[in-house]
Amino acid sequence: MSKKILIAEDSTTMRYLIVSTISAMGDFDILEAANGFEALRILPREKVDLVLTDINMPDINGLELVSFVRNNPHYKTTPLIIISTEGSERDREKGLSLGADAYLVKPFSPEELQGLIRRFLE
Amino acid sequence: MDDTSSSRAIKDFLAEAEEIIEKLNLDLVTLGDSAESGDYDPEQLNSIFREAHSLKGLSGMFGFNDICDLAHHMENLLDSLRLGKVSLDAQVVEVLFASLDSLTRLVNGKGDDEAFTLDVAPIMAQLEAVLSGKPDTETSLLAGIDPAILTVLTEYEEHRLSENLKKGRNLLRVKANFNLSSFDQDLAELSDLLKGQGEVISTLPCAGDSIEHLTFQLIFGTASSPEEITALVDAEGTTVELLRGEQESAVSPDDLQKGAVALETASPPAATVAPAVEAEESSSLRSISRTVRVDIDKLDTLMNIVGELVLSKGAIFSLADQIKASGVLELGTELQKATRLLERRLDELQKGVMEVRMVPVAQLFEKMIRIVRRVAGEHGKKVGIDLRGGETELDKLIVEDLSDPLMHIIRNAIDHGIETVEERIAAGKPEKGTICLWASQKGNHVVIEVRDDGRGIDPEKVRRKAVEKGLIAADAELTREGVYDLLFTPGFSTRDEVSDLSGRGVGMDVVHNNIAALSGMIEMESEVGQGTTLSITLPITLAIIKALVVRISGKTYAIPINAVLETLMIEHSAIRTIERREVIELRQSTLPLLRLSEVFDLEGPQVATDRSFIVVIGMAEKRMGVVVDELVGQQDVVIKSLGGALSFVRGIAGAADLGNQKTILVLDVGGLMSEALRGDNALYV
Repeated sequence: MSKKILIAEDSTTMRYLIVSTISAMGDFDILEAANGFEALRILPREKVDLVLTDINMPDINGLELVSFVRNNPHYKTTPLIIISTEGSERDREKGLSLGADAYLVKPFSPEELQGLIRRFLE
Repeated sequence: MDDTSSSRAIKDFLAEAEEIIEKLNLDLVTLGDSAESGDYDPEQLNSIFREAHSLKGLSGMFGFNDICDLAHHMENLLDSLRLGKVSLDAQVVEVLFASLDSLTRLVNGKGDDEAFTLDVAPIMAQLEAVLSGKPDTETSLLAGIDPAILTVLTEYEEHRLSENLKKGRNLLRVKANFNLSSFDQDLAELSDLLKGQGEVISTLPCAGDSIEHLTFQLIFGTASSPEEITALVDAEGTTVELLRGEQESAVSPDDLQKGAVALETASPPAATVAPAVEAEESSSLRSISRTVRVDIDKLDTLMNIVGELVLSKGAIFSLADQIKASGVLELGTELQKATRLLERRLDELQKGVMEVRMVPVAQLFEKMIRIVRRVAGEHGKKVGIDLRGGETELDKLIVEDLSDPLMHIIRNAIDHGIETVEERIAAGKPEKGTICLWASQKGNHVVIEVRDDGRGIDPEKVRRKAVEKGLIAADAELTREGVYDLLFTPGFSTRDEVSDLSGRGVGMDVVHNNIAALSGMIEMESEVGQGTTLSITLPITLAIIKALVVRISGKTYAIPINAVLETLMIEHSAIRTIERREVIELRQSTLPLLRLSEVFDLEGPQVATDRSFIVVIGMAEKRMGVVVDELVGQQDVVIKSLGGALSFVRGIAGAADLGNQKTILVLDVGGLMSEALRGDNALYV
């Protein structure tokens, strides 16, 4: 069965870029969430193998999503990558201390993202 | 990424960038207005920050470094603003607007040519200057707040938390348990309820107490007491807890500590949220986003195909008639039935494609807010804008093409119409002028009104100017409408110096032509001292139209059916001549007539009967009768532009393919009426 990747990102274009970068790698089942709510809806219903999330999203931010994922026994070990525009060092540290496995800074090259995904899924 | 997907991605980028810029625009206007009063909504500022942030991230991915750098500088300033490191004042708002202008130009430029760029260094220097000129005033009040709460807050949320504490508000934690199926609405309701009483600083989701539930912890800053909030959110499973504030002395550090523990372990034990993978549900989860973005060219292609189909249907219909006429009755009838079914489905298809092309005019109006603000600023005038009917829908292409003329009209209204503050006060008017931008649908047309409450147009002034410019004779008598008409004449400007804003070397005649190109009509009403109203009447769509096919002097023409009010057959004796113009009496009013054979200099065979057909055409409130020899019938036609070479031909809107390889000309009803009624009681394009 192909691996499931959840992408939480509020920019349509950014989501499209991420999806096409991942699709180019092979057969992944990609679930898209345009905000934190949609991600929360998907998580309990799908066995997700990897979560990619943006930090700056309205209502529920990426850090809160990381905290939710890490504090839930079901996804405690699900790899989690934050993709965010370079910005506050504090936000980055918080993301990692909350349990994100990696932090990818936008703009990133397709190879960087693909490399990270390989690292966690292969 | 291969070439096609990369060009699609760039198109997507441009579309999204445009959306972001429009939103930025709108939000900045609101922010600018509230900054004047010194009391702005932090959430507004934060959303502006997020917009700049998104734009930076996006443009960076595409290697558009100019946009990326500029957005980055804007973001830095906005970040300091939202974190309270820089205070918001008029100067800051101005610099932000100027940056937005450059961003708009960059994005538009790249739409035409990806290599387009601008020197963004000066504007970035301005942004930096504003940023460095302001001292950092932020002091942290966060010491003592539970680290478990702080750890999920972004830097901005931390700032909001300390701002709330600075204002002496209570800090509450509201916990609510919601059903998985409806948590977003429930949470939105709760947030809205709370927002009435304070600020929701953070929303932390946790696993709920059962598989079907999710728990949310809202950190909430408010002037209300915990008891008041408890009463407000009164619902089962919702708890309110004071973290810091009024009763703080009553809360021991131990309690706070407990709060922290509770937060950390808020996710209940295992078995609660098991991933329940159900086939149906997972498939329905795939399509979360309910909208797609489509290139208008693709819709055009679809529309053209539908158009061709409609024409093919027409051809099949006439074949069926011929088959019947040739004696194969049964087959002919069957074919007719089948064609009618096809017709109905085609109608639905056509309607469907048409609907997809429709967009609310609000998109256009929002752009105008910015124009009003900027032009008013440059003239030192105070102008507010009143938008109505933004939900009215128009074909996307019409909306696009309307942007320039509308902008021009608004510039004109502010430049020439609205008086200076001093003049307004002297005239006993409110010092702030108003531009109304109202849209409404009237049958097959959309009417857009631009109304200002300025000084109005003085007919005498216009007359003098026209005489000076040699446009009219010194003793020419002008009706009120004739005066307005002059304003649309090329080369006419009532100001001695052409204003940089409304002038720009072009006048209202360009507006006039732009609207005409959209098969629209423009009318003007003005009252000295009261203001001026321009009404633009536009067809809802341009693509496929139903037309009445008529014959005049042996030639065939199509008249768009949405302009046809009725057809009459009259005796020639009913035609009278008033002031050298042919008219007939129609239900107690006088209907002016137009002979196309004269307009087009047709010398075909005159039909020697004592009767004629009159096609009564109308737009907005105006009526006119077109005299024709024969009514051929009603048909769908796809209008094709005549192209640049023939676009000057007056009275003709374009050519149409009738489906049997015959091309006929489509009458430009607005243009014809304008020509025929010139100087009558309105101004037509």
